[in-house]
Amino acid sequence: MTHAPISRRALLAGATGALGAHALRVTKLAQDPTKVPGSAVTPLGERSPFERPRRIPLGNGQGISYTPLQDCCGIVTPADLHFERHHAGVPAIDPQRYKLLIHGMVERPTVFDLEALKRFPSVSRLCFLECSGNGAAGYGRSRPDLSPQLVDGLTSTSEWTGVPLATLFREVGVKPGATWFLAEGQDAAVMARSIPVEQARDDGLIAYGQNGEALRPEQGYPARLLLPGWEGNANVKWIRRIELADRPFMTREETSKYTDPLPDGTARQFSFVMDAKSIITFPAYPVTLGDRGWWQITGIAWSGRGRITRVEVSSDAGRHWAPADLQQPVLPKCHTRFRYMWNWDGGDTTILSRAVDETGYVQPPVEQLRQARGLGTTYHFNHIRPWRVRRDGTVVFGLES
Amino acid sequence: MLGTMLLLGGCGSHDRPQVGAAAPVTFGFGRPATADEIAVWDLDVRPDGAGLPPGRGTASQGSAVYGRKCAACHGATGIEGPFDRLVGREPRQGFPFGRLPRLVKTIGNYWPYATTLYDYVNRAMPLNAPGSLKPDEVYGLVAFLLWRNDIIASSAEMNPQTLPRVVMPAHDRFVPDNRRGGPEIR
Repeated sequence: MTHAPISRRALLAGATGALGAHALRVTKLAQDPTKVPGSAVTPLGERSPFERPRRIPLGNGQGISYTPLQDCCGIVTPADLHFERHHAGVPAIDPQRYKLLIHGMVERPTVFDLEALKRFPSVSRLCFLECSGNGAAGYGRSRPDLSPQLVDGLTSTSEWTGVPLATLFREVGVKPGATWFLAEGQDAAVMARSIPVEQARDDGLIAYGQNGEALRPEQGYPARLLLPGWEGNANVKWIRRIELADRPFMTREETSKYTDPLPDGTARQFSFVMDAKSIITFPAYPVTLGDRGWWQITGIAWSGRGRITRVEVSSDAGRHWAPADLQQPVLPKCHTRFRYMWNWDGGDTTILSRAVDETGYVQPPVEQLRQARGLGTTYHFNHIRPWRVRRDGTVVFGLES
Repeated sequence: MLGTMLLLGGCGSHDRPQVGAAAPVTFGFGRPATADEIAVWDLDVRPDGAGLPPGRGTASQGSAVYGRKCAACHGATGIEGPFDRLVGREPRQGFPFGRLPRLVKTIGNYWPYATTLYDYVNRAMPLNAPGSLKPDEVYGLVAFLLWRNDIIASSAEMNPQTLPRVVMPAHDRFVPDNRRGGPEIR
């Protein structure tokens, strides 16, 4: 995918664009809320007028929008702040007319409507979903005025509900020689990816629920493929067709795009899994630390290969590392919240985090990743993200171009 | 406490819904798909040519379609943009994309399969009218783009027999993912 250059206007829109609306609502506040009755019950809740988290959208229907990671707590991303990446805009799909066709190397080519999908035994799980181009900032070109949102905001965590692909595969009778399937969306790009059957059978879902409600249109309403731990693009939204086959289909999104050229003159293909990474979301640009003393360093860590087993934090530019606390729940293939109490002495320094997952994989420094992948690679950026804390308390993104 | 246990227990990679002992292996939900409705949606074209519809086109036929429907986004000759550059063979030797971040990927220097071109143009292009091209138009466009990339002759006709036989310059460059977790950074 192509990331548009990040403009200053986009940076500011997320931070200050809504302040005007604030002021209007604030005038209705009572001086003392214990002295006047509060407002009535409503059919649909709204955020406090003091809270205005916003995605930062870049581009048009083929664009992306970033989750405001610095405004999120815990591990779950509110559905209306889940990042977006679309190849041809968000389609409007009538759930009454929705169909999922499963055919190809199956005993019983079948059409499921939404009601049929919901009749199957369902499963819910929390897991992250991440665009494979997330984290490009700081790998090749970088700049100090990047927030966590613009560094890593193409990852989000939801509780997803749906029917296991294993159940659907049994239902249609997948033939023994079927090793791949094409997953195809109902968007204007008819976006399609080839997926290995084995992985999908292990923990893949056709998801119709997100954080306790129907999927948001931007996340694939009314149903999408969900492959926990795998790059976002493979999690085909608005899924309308699954075709079983004995080989991959070699669509544009697994050849021309979403492949990783390497320094040895090859390109890695079907690189589905998102490796372990972490990012400190506080303190981070654009906050300013008001005073020396104790501050909570906090952030998220995640791995497409399973659970996060350890996150280490350094407050002296990587000379010493100390284990951070992992906040429960610590779930496989899911954002994991970490925190570390830091006594800032008021001096210039750089703070870092590095994640370790259950396979023993350790999030690498950028130099190590650049050596393995080369500077020309465009996906799977899981290098360590540093933040420079300056004597005046300002914090900036710490990777040099 | 129970809630926590359910939450933790419900997210393992081998989680399966618990169904009653009497539940069957299959439920009979959904309805049989008809051959006609499969044919309407079964768009994909594979490297072996499976899925290619009848039709034909040459570069000169495709050139006219390109000028009308593609040039506004991809440039008069496939190089100028503003959107994805389609034409270019540089560098003729090697495949240094991993080392050179400014090297632009094109059909000629990066796409491993000619059939993908048919599949993608047919399913997703042009951006403002996706799925509107007729098979002869797609074959013509594919021929035009392959010819502009110095891969086929200007006179070569692309059809269900000839297109799968086109060998792309980058065909042998792609390798499977060798990352497996563990301590090694790959």
